[in-house]
Amino acid sequence: MSWHRVMIMARIDLKRLFKSRDYWIPMALLSGIFFVIMPFVLLSMITGITGTNIVEQVGGVLNALPGPIQDNLRGDTPEAQAAYAFAVYLLAPIAIIVPLTISSAVGAQTIVGERERGTGEFLAHSPLTDTEIYLGKLIASLIPGYLATAIGFTAYSLIVNFRVGPEMGGWFFPTAGWWLLILWVVPPFIAIALSIILWVSSRVKSTAAAQQAASLVSLPIIIASYAIASGLLYDPTVAAFSVGAVAWVLAIIGLVSGSKALSRERLLGVGIDG
Amino acid sequence: MLRHCPPKPSLYRVSGFVRWGPMNTGMPDPSIELTDVTRNFGAVRALDGLSISVPAGSVAVLLGPNGAGKTTTVRIITGALRSNGGTVRVLGEDPMIEGDDLRGRIGVVAPKPAMWDRLTGEENLSFTAEIFGVPKSTIYDAAERFGITYALDQEVGGYSTGMRTRLALARAVVHDPEILLLDEPTAGLDPESSRAVLEMIRELAGKGRTIVMCTHLLHEAEGIADQVVLMGAGKAQAAGHPTQLAAAYMKHPKVVVDAENRPTLDNIDAHPAVMRAEWNGALHLTLEDIDALPDLVTDMVNGGSRLTRVEPQLPTLEHLYFEMQRSLREES
Repeated sequence: MSWHRVMIMARIDLKRLFKSRDYWIPMALLSGIFFVIMPFVLLSMITGITGTNIVEQVGGVLNALPGPIQDNLRGDTPEAQAAYAFAVYLLAPIAIIVPLTISSAVGAQTIVGERERGTGEFLAHSPLTDTEIYLGKLIASLIPGYLATAIGFTAYSLIVNFRVGPEMGGWFFPTAGWWLLILWVVPPFIAIALSIILWVSSRVKSTAAAQQAASLVSLPIIIASYAIASGLLYDPTVAAFSVGAVAWVLAIIGLVSGSKALSRERLLGVGIDG
Repeated sequence: MLRHCPPKPSLYRVSGFVRWGPMNTGMPDPSIELTDVTRNFGAVRALDGLSISVPAGSVAVLLGPNGAGKTTTVRIITGALRSNGGTVRVLGEDPMIEGDDLRGRIGVVAPKPAMWDRLTGEENLSFTAEIFGVPKSTIYDAAERFGITYALDQEVGGYSTGMRTRLALARAVVHDPEILLLDEPTAGLDPESSRAVLEMIRELAGKGRTIVMCTHLLHEAEGIADQVVLMGAGKAQAAGHPTQLAAAYMKHPKVVVDAENRPTLDNIDAHPAVMRAEWNGALHLTLEDIDALPDLVTDMVNGGSRLTRVEPQLPTLEHLYFEMQRSLREES
């Protein structure tokens, strides 16, 4: 296997993707809504709360949070604590939802799309190995999701620090839990989802069918990863590292077995059931 | 009066194996050799014991109706499809084992050439050059050869069918392949571009490249085919050089004759040299032997015919194709 040829395959897909506005504009919007607009509006509202009744209600909400979160909350006032809770704990799912959604959308069409366009025939007759094609497509599916997350996460960090930082006595975000989430937990969950989605994409007859199947696959993974991510943020300890490690193992197993689903015959559309 | 002498295809076919080799022992080793290859798609048998042998540096034309198995044959040659039985050797290798290396030495033009539409022609060719590991400069030579250089900076999505086909042809030769597999390469091309493709085939064959072209356009195979393989129902029903096939399936020469005083030709079918006579604009004669033509003409002139036309008909592939099909139908 040649990594050079893997990267050629990935570059073909990425170049095609970034030239397609109908792909990247919705992705950029999704990322912008979840990482920028929603946090900015929510944090602005929370930090701008005035009025005794509302402050009391916020205090009530904070008391309903799990014990570990209450113990770790920073800030001198209920408003500051609420903003901290939102920024650090309650918006965690965006780090999972955005990359998973984007990578799923790209991955779902990547193999079946070659077949639909007829370019699968060219790839089937090319000297690229099945593994090189698969890995190229995997990388091309991972990069948009993770790139959007990296840019979005940077923007989110700036918003949090600018809006909530003054209440905390300076910039405090990302916290250790978020670093762990972004660097250790999110990647394997995307890989797990993609291993299933690429497997589906190589077997279904149309992009529409692949996207429907991908959404079914993504949903439970998003829910599971959300639960794990939340737990991880509450308590970023050895257990959290272990969860990430297990996810990595599952991702590798999924990718190795998923790579066997791609064959030249499937690129040609042979043996695809209606 | 009108007689039919069936050809003897069995001289050229042994147990369904059609071989050109035995009659051309001086030919180089085959670049492509398929022996008794089968391929099923579910309950459909696309290839049913196909055997063909294409010598290095020759042009083989696979002729046959839709569904004859031509595209499946191309796919099996590159190893993109597995055969269910039989043996396949391409450049001395088994495509199912050495396929990744072999595909680097083969160029393919698919029946409906597809490109990445969002990319420009240049980007499509550049990626091909990278995949095949050849310098980018080769893409400009390939584009020039098929007259598509002017559109290289345009997105392929805006190309016409002819432009796409020309780009696909350029893509197939970017890496100067040893074997070129062309599946309906002139579909959608204007006559000028079609001629350029056929010239390219001749040129590449002249440089020792092996070419397999699938087509159902018989005139395309005229003059370029070293071997014609007539395919039907997943088998090679007959194969050989067009001259050999003509000798086997069209033994009796045809001559078109006309005269100022046509009624003098009315009883020509009674002449011993004439097997069959049909009026179709002019008089189309099927003769027992071309050597009898001078005597026939003399007899017609002596019989008072003022001849305006005596034109021996060279058998075209089209004639040959339909003659072979008819003959094989009768045989079956």
